[in-house]
Amino acid sequence: MSEQVLTSSGDENLPFFLPELFENWFSGHCWQPRAHQLELLARAQAGHSTLLIAPTGAGKTLAGFLPSLVELTQMKRPQPGERKRGIHTLYISPLKALAVDIKRNLETPISEMGLNIEIETRTGDTPPSRRQRQKLNPPQILLTTPEQLALLIANKDAEQFFENLDTVIFDELHSLVISKRGHLLALGLARLRSFRPNMKTIGLSATVAEPDELRRWLVTQPSTGEIKLSEFVHLQGGAKPQISILQSEERIPWSGHSARYAMPEVYKAISAHKTTLLFVNTRSQAELLFQELWNINEEALPIAIHHGSLDVGRRRRVEEAMQRNELRAIVATSTLDLGIDWGDVDLVIHVGAPKGASRLAQRIGRANHRIEDPSKAILVPANRFEVMECQAALDANYFGAQDTPPLVSGSLDVLAQHVLGTACAGPFDADKLFSEVTSSAPYAGLKRERFEQIIQYVATGGYALRTYEQYARIRKTVDGLWRLSHPSIAQRYRLNCGTIIEAPMLEVRLTRKRGKNAAFQGGPVLGKIEEGFVEALVPGDTFIFSGQTLRLEGIREASCYVSKAQESDPKIPSYMGGKFPLSTYLADQVRKLLADPSEWKRLPKQVSEWLDIQRLKSVLPKQDQLLVETFPRGDRFYLVAYPFEGRLAHQTLGMLLTRRLERARARPLGFVATDYALAVWGLKDFAAMMRKGELSLEYLFDEDMLGDDLETWLDESFLLKRTFRSCATIAGLIERRFPGKEKTGRQMTVSSDLIYDVLRSHEPDHILLQATRTDAARGLLDVRRLGEMLSRTKQRIVHKNLEQISPLAVPVMMEIGKESIAGEAQESLLEEAAAELKGID
Amino acid sequence: MAVQAKQDDRHFAEIVFRDQQLCIDPRGCLYWPQERLLVVSDLHLEKGSSFAMRRNQFLPPYDTQATLELLALCIDDWRPETVLSLGDSFHDLNASLRLPQSYRLALQQLMAGREWLWVCGNHDPQPPKDLGGTFCSEIFIGALNFIHEPGVDFRHGEIAGHLHPSAKIRRRGKTVRRRCVAGDQNRLIMPAFGTFTGGLNIKDEAYKGLFDKTHLRAWMLSNSEVYEIPDKQLVF
Repeated sequence: MSEQVLTSSGDENLPFFLPELFENWFSGHCWQPRAHQLELLARAQAGHSTLLIAPTGAGKTLAGFLPSLVELTQMKRPQPGERKRGIHTLYISPLKALAVDIKRNLETPISEMGLNIEIETRTGDTPPSRRQRQKLNPPQILLTTPEQLALLIANKDAEQFFENLDTVIFDELHSLVISKRGHLLALGLARLRSFRPNMKTIGLSATVAEPDELRRWLVTQPSTGEIKLSEFVHLQGGAKPQISILQSEERIPWSGHSARYAMPEVYKAISAHKTTLLFVNTRSQAELLFQELWNINEEALPIAIHHGSLDVGRRRRVEEAMQRNELRAIVATSTLDLGIDWGDVDLVIHVGAPKGASRLAQRIGRANHRIEDPSKAILVPANRFEVMECQAALDANYFGAQDTPPLVSGSLDVLAQHVLGTACAGPFDADKLFSEVTSSAPYAGLKRERFEQIIQYVATGGYALRTYEQYARIRKTVDGLWRLSHPSIAQRYRLNCGTIIEAPMLEVRLTRKRGKNAAFQGGPVLGKIEEGFVEALVPGDTFIFSGQTLRLEGIREASCYVSKAQESDPKIPSYMGGKFPLSTYLADQVRKLLADPSEWKRLPKQVSEWLDIQRLKSVLPKQDQLLVETFPRGDRFYLVAYPFEGRLAHQTLGMLLTRRLERARARPLGFVATDYALAVWGLKDFAAMMRKGELSLEYLFDEDMLGDDLETWLDESFLLKRTFRSCATIAGLIERRFPGKEKTGRQMTVSSDLIYDVLRSHEPDHILLQATRTDAARGLLDVRRLGEMLSRTKQRIVHKNLEQISPLAVPVMMEIGKESIAGEAQESLLEEAAAELKGID
Repeated sequence: MAVQAKQDDRHFAEIVFRDQQLCIDPRGCLYWPQERLLVVSDLHLEKGSSFAMRRNQFLPPYDTQATLELLALCIDDWRPETVLSLGDSFHDLNASLRLPQSYRLALQQLMAGREWLWVCGNHDPQPPKDLGGTFCSEIFIGALNFIHEPGVDFRHGEIAGHLHPSAKIRRRGKTVRRRCVAGDQNRLIMPAFGTFTGGLNIKDEAYKGLFDKTHLRAWMLSNSEVYEIPDKQLVF
């Protein structure tokens, strides 16, 4: 067993009480309660809220529930005729599947010890009849998700429902807190605390960079502005995972994301292990590799696929087969992420760049859930830059580095939703609600003025032109309380609540007949697919879904109808690009690796040779430098920069650079961005312009581009429209669509765009536009990272003018033509289509 | 790189329909020089307040203003003798009553000094209150017949609205979708002019039987241009 170190905050000798029943249960299994489990028990029994950070497999779940299980066994059973005591412990998990899994895991100790404790789950899948019953007759322990909590507290009977609540357990807290879901959850927690001021919280988390942020999140923040922290139990160490990078005999591609080249070797690894989990970054990548594996599956090994777009029934069957150890491999996306136990996995293979070291650590934790044994994992980079990224991630994992993003202040759209939800539960006092909201960590810095704006927004839309007063959703009555003006508003709220705005999805339905005879109704559902993907296809196109090649027959309402394709090669490659940007920490490691040739011996030979040629033909930037290359190719001139800051930041940079080049009359035509580099091309010789002093890199990459240029571009950007749509949906300005009932997502996109345009030109400071800009700046555009990069590389730009393309530039140049910037090229497509017509006429 | 179109960069399309010369303005209106007639369809005035009233949903209350401003620009450019609003001018029956005073004045200013024709639509089967203008269910002018809802039985030379046509093309794996005037040799359907009005693809079932496919075209509208695209290039 490898060494583990336990540190805890506060009193080291807090007493704890573990009933004999529990002691016997542990010893009956030849176990001992672990020190961190007892430390947490002691703190909970003293009434403290506590954060527990421990590696995967350390018995975190049991640790979290132990205080509640002990307390519930000590409580007197209610006498006949006495009212039941209601929910004692609420458990919140980021995933439905995790809640279901935890229930299964807890049932074992409960039944073995013969405890009389009711545990139930409540998720979006729970049938209405059971939800109804849960309200009248609640279990002692309720396992649920953030969305369900938001619905529960927006109910009239919420206070009564939670009147005996004692403990709230947050599982995978590190992943809950980083999104808008975390903001809504923090507000929900503040609400629960207003019902039960003395209740305690327990946070369970994997290692994070800043544990204090999570400790703060768990407890009430005083209005004085001081920072209050929860107690902290921290278990470090455990077996180091055995991670390697696939040493491929095949040629590693310059670019692309599929990793098809490595499938024979991956197959060999699968057949040499009991059970393998093969993780990929996107749904379509999963489809592609699943098919590749079956193409070479000579031993007919049971290999399955699992991702969020598949039909629930299909997913459940795969999960069950996995638990019965009937599968040899499962190709999966993030739906299988986080701490779910699935049978005896002895190998994790990760395809593609791991994008962020903590995500990697999380995924590798999947193998071998016992803390004493090392986990085994193989990384499969899909291209040469990913080889470097994998190597950097490997180093990060060895050093235990974690790079969860810093927490941001709470979003205003989420607050608006919460305010309406609060009104649905009953009349509220604005002063009280304000102090409740600001007692939660994400909203601790919220200004009263902003809060008032949000109330106005919820009431009548918050427009300067106050034309909607007579239709207000909430009104302040003579007693000074805000009340819902009509019960139907609460019904609407329940349908639209939540913060997850998914891309519009279409149901994929199988139809037997093809072509003109295809039937556009009924047929089995294979799963759901992004509308944006299907929209770019025409009937007759083939693509992979659910592990088979399908032919698109047509789209009707919210369904896309497909038939089984005869050909096995899909016409449309379905990879839509990486979802996750390269983390800041990892990017820095990649730059470091690139700058230090003595480290290259750890890279595969073909990759180190590639870097050697780059050094010969061009230059390699030092860790703190930004390399910019210029060269002609065909009848165009190219400028390639290598910031390694991730696709989002590069896209933003590309937009801004083209604007500046245009202003300098360098006639830019377009750009393309990858996670590692950015290429801009145009009609004028950029290098010659620089020689003549008509253009300078200092000007092009000056930090001030994040000021006015960004503002101007932002306002016109389609990205902002997309962000607006999600803010407007969360804040309840536009309604979610419901299958078969409401307008389709396509029409919703149109109307939210129209609303955006009108609002921008008539009320540019509207609270939702403020929320949209904040969101876009920190999410979609990665402006913070871009700003840090520009200031870091100031005076450190290395320019190399070349006769021809450099080896390092090849991957990004290969992306040209595969994608272009949406919005900009549309006009020219229309021109082309119209010109063809004139040609015919 | 796309450059924001300036006002004076705008180009309209000249078409010949039933031997009449017509101009399609990229802003979504139609001008008939011979009659000095400007046609707009589906203004849906006060759609925003209609949502507020019926569903407590608060869209920005600037849609009527924006629609009227755009209409004023078009009238200013074409200087028509007659303006024809081809139905669904108001989003609901009470919309003209809700019309704030300032917008009412703005509209009356546009109407002053010219003939104004309201064709009734399914959203506004009754004439607007106290606004003037001539209200009718359909109008014949010369060879052309103006009616709100296009039907399968129709007179050649019909110009209709109602469906909010939009069209989509797909090239090199990308799609572009725009509002459009849709038409064949016998009928034209006008796009919606109102600020909050979405579009319905002309490949939708709702258009079934309305056009002769071999002659169907979409005049797709962008900021500054009108692009004539034949049916076979259009996708759903």
